[in-house]
Amino acid sequence: MTLTDHDPFAQPLPPGRARALPWATVIGGSTMTIVPVIAAVPILPPLGLLVLLAWRLLARFALRPWAAAPLGFVDDLLSGQPLGSAVLLWSLCFLGIDLVERRLVYRDFWQDWLIAAAAIMFCLAGGRVLAVPLTAHVDGAMLAQGCAAILLFPLAARLVAWIDRKRGMA
Amino acid sequence: MAPAGDRRTGFSRRRQYGIFIGYVLAVAGAVVGAVLLVVSSFNPPLFAGIRMGVASVTAPISGGLATVTEAAASVPEAINGWLFAHAENAAMRRELAAARPLLQRARVIAYDNRRLRALLAVRDRTPDPVVTARLVSSSASSGRRFALLDAGRFSGVLPGMPVRGPEGLVGRVLETGPAAARVLLLSDPESIVPVRRSRDGLPAIAIGRGDGAVDIRSVNATDVRFAAGDVFVTSGIGGLYAPGIPVARVAAAGTDSVLGRTFAQPDTFDFALVERVFMPLPAAPTPAAAAPTDPAP
Repeated sequence: MTLTDHDPFAQPLPPGRARALPWATVIGGSTMTIVPVIAAVPILPPLGLLVLLAWRLLARFALRPWAAAPLGFVDDLLSGQPLGSAVLLWSLCFLGIDLVERRLVYRDFWQDWLIAAAAIMFCLAGGRVLAVPLTAHVDGAMLAQGCAAILLFPLAARLVAWIDRKRGMA
Repeated sequence: MAPAGDRRTGFSRRRQYGIFIGYVLAVAGAVVGAVLLVVSSFNPPLFAGIRMGVASVTAPISGGLATVTEAAASVPEAINGWLFAHAENAAMRRELAAARPLLQRARVIAYDNRRLRALLAVRDRTPDPVVTARLVSSSASSGRRFALLDAGRFSGVLPGMPVRGPEGLVGRVLETGPAAARVLLLSDPESIVPVRRSRDGLPAIAIGRGDGAVDIRSVNATDVRFAAGDVFVTSGIGGLYAPGIPVARVAAAGTDSVLGRTFAQPDTFDFALVERVFMPLPAAPTPAAAAPTDPAP
């Protein structure tokens, strides 16, 4: 974008749409499970959770504190986990991030990434314990899935930051 | 990043209550999640309706995406086919020459088999196909191994029906929606299929491992040796699967419990055949019909 393209008086999105945009992106991330692949092991990172964490850590007023539960409900409908697992785990993540925010007053992207990594690992481990019997051989695959998700977090953060800048102040 | 200053609510009662209620709702969300989890673990089919309603919307989208992917993938495949047509032709000729005597023998055996069965007056049940559909997506982010079939109740698919692919058994239908059905794949950790060894009928069960393979365990016998390459087919016990559908091949020799590779490697481009339940249980009598109507006192 050149300087002449930039219009400082352009209207940002109307408030209703700007408020709905974070919800839509998280649901879009959850919907990625419909890609036409029959996976033999859990390979797809939990993209809905990634986008949710990015919104929560980068733009904390974009989602209400209670937004994790309904978004988790949508994720449960699409992911194949027992209904309620993402509702519980995502809500606990939001509460945990609130507690961390109280302690860690000034934080950088590295701290955000660390918090997101802990939340991703917590959700994956919780989902594994809640959904799959303990004797199943899925731990290695889920560890790889968690690492992939952690490495994807900066990408999700860039995407969320870009959308947040586009949508203006809500 | 500077700290977010939203906790300073000032003197506005409205703002104070708003933030307080937000946190109350957040905790309530976690509690609701825990309750839903308990309910869905005690009664898994309870939420099948809403889940499969969503799946009925996503399955056609996945099917469309699969068609597009398939079309894109067919271009290099076609080029490959032209390049290697000659070598493939020669290999197939060799294979045909090797298979012809086997086919003659199999024909004789099949005829013998028919005759002997007729002598014994064995009543054969052949499972009827319900519908041919495709697996369009799967639970790729979860530890469970479900696939989504793009045919549902409108096509006559009902829970419990076995699903087989061209190579062997794929799994069975778990939940159905109007236009989609959820299939429990063989490799799901909660899938158990009764099988028998194809050469001597040794009974065993194939339990999913969650990593794309199955564990084959012997039943009612200890110290059973499995050789690598042993083929297991469904035994028909339990009445769900028709006997004789290929399930898995033993990957490494062992005793009592060995790793098995499933024949069907479910892929999105494969067709899946949904069959009727082989020997359905007789329907439970409805309470109204079972209980004799009391005469009015």
